[in-house]
Amino acid sequence: MNDAAQIRKRKELFRKGITYAFLLLAAVVTLVPFAWLICASIKDKDVFFQYMFLPVGHGFLGIDWKSLTLEYYKDLFGSTDFNFGRSLLNSIFYASTTATLSTLFCAMGGYALAKFQFKGRETITTMVLGCLIIPGSLLLAPSYQLLYHLGLLDSYAGLILPALAPAFGIYLFRQSMLNSVPTDLLEAARIDGCGEYRIFFTVVLPLVRPMIGAFLLITFLGCWNNFIGPQIIFQTPEKYPLAVEIAQLKGLYSTNYGLLMAGTAISVAPVMILFLFLQKEFIAGLTSGAVKG
Amino acid sequence: MGWTPFVFLSPFLLTFCVFLAYPLYDSAILAFSQTYGPSHSVWVGFANFKNMFQDPDFWTALKNTSLYTLASVTIQLPLALLLALILNQPGLKGRTLFRLIFFLPSLVGLVFVAMMFSLMLGDRDGLVNVFLRSVIPGFPGEFPWLQNYVMASLILASLWMYVGFNMVYFLAALQSVSQDALDAAAIDGANAIQRFWYVILPEIRPVFGFVVLLSLIGSLQLFELPYVLLNGAGPERRGLTLVMYLYQNGFDRNDLGFASAIGWTLAILLMGLALVQRRLSRNE
Repeated sequence: MNDAAQIRKRKELFRKGITYAFLLLAAVVTLVPFAWLICASIKDKDVFFQYMFLPVGHGFLGIDWKSLTLEYYKDLFGSTDFNFGRSLLNSIFYASTTATLSTLFCAMGGYALAKFQFKGRETITTMVLGCLIIPGSLLLAPSYQLLYHLGLLDSYAGLILPALAPAFGIYLFRQSMLNSVPTDLLEAARIDGCGEYRIFFTVVLPLVRPMIGAFLLITFLGCWNNFIGPQIIFQTPEKYPLAVEIAQLKGLYSTNYGLLMAGTAISVAPVMILFLFLQKEFIAGLTSGAVKG
Repeated sequence: MGWTPFVFLSPFLLTFCVFLAYPLYDSAILAFSQTYGPSHSVWVGFANFKNMFQDPDFWTALKNTSLYTLASVTIQLPLALLLALILNQPGLKGRTLFRLIFFLPSLVGLVFVAMMFSLMLGDRDGLVNVFLRSVIPGFPGEFPWLQNYVMASLILASLWMYVGFNMVYFLAALQSVSQDALDAAAIDGANAIQRFWYVILPEIRPVFGFVVLLSLIGSLQLFELPYVLLNGAGPERRGLTLVMYLYQNGFDRNDLGFASAIGWTLAILLMGLALVQRRLSRNE
């Protein structure tokens, strides 16, 4: 009896060991490219391929500090051959404007579909679901033509306006309003004489706060990482967002690895930081559509 | 009340009409037109489709895209599910931290992933080859990923990027599997594989279907990763995908009509696969 219990315990321990070893290995494989990216962006040209990560030497922590450099970062922002700093600002403007406005508009739309009875509600809900199955690449060519005729090519308006109220967001907010905004509360506010718009901003929005956080981040990320849209729309290099700028730099400076990796590191860092702040809401929001159906 | 819901819906309705419904209608017309740039077009019937099906590049793009999609569904998703199952074990410590770590790569945009992998897949001193050399004895000193193993490179990069993303969905779904049912099955003598097959899988089937669908939509529209990683279609067009084919025709050659024909082909392919996927997940 005692032996059997011990064998079981040992088996359990073994299983646990394997589990953690596997998870740790997977975590290392996942994280190493990030560490490598940072190292690559601060390594001197002469030792770039000599050491995989940081150059080994006799300095503090066994690192050859003299072979490290911030030169690439200085070049990125200082050079007049390209507009990296400007691109960073463009990306921040593009992503935060689109994220803020589209979160507001999607919350409004989702609220209307979830909490109002009106003629045409079913039709609009079907339209929203219909939009979800249209692949974005189908719309590339006709949207280009439309923006040309509207005079919106080579402008941020042309990039932002079409993305202001995506069906995907309307759908997510509709689901979240159905689940977390009690109709009784709205009725009570109306009886108290609260106007419809005040109800929306003071009663409804605070109730779906997690979804607001999640959707803000989803949209911000989507814009930040968007490549094909700005690649098609912009002709003026000063208007490029980071994704397009980086791809251009890769073409122009294909062997200046440090510069390219420094640019990539700066492009990746903001979304990582934002995510660390909003990660709980983000993952909950991301999966809510799938799990609650 | 009256107009209130329509006021709330007005941004959606407006952008829907202008930037979705109209372009959709327009793309149907464009697909049957020969165009040069955004303002010249002539109706040509099915000529675009005929030319497309006779273009060997189209078949190359279709082949590459299908291969990549197949790999996404058959390699990425099982790995993601395995990782989710491991993380979901009762009593596991650090679950939230592991979930966070595995999820991180999916935040990096495809362009930036392509930038990183273009160096990490370097044929001699790239991180991947250095790693493989140290783990696999006899691994060649030079392994030209981006020249001779384009598809493998794309699949590798997308594995790094998406396994954790899909895992998050599976992990969320696994929360709805009752531990009691699993314990009961274990007492009845079901082994781990049987418990997975008969208790867990039926419970997570809807989410599984959703993740497959997401994966199909994403993979079929692959563009940025090969475009930036290979500076275009790559050696012998081994990295040419359907959306890259669309992009090159529509925006390098300025033929928006031909691009729309490709777009519709892609859309029909996607909807067909979505229907098949739905049928399959209902039948079982």
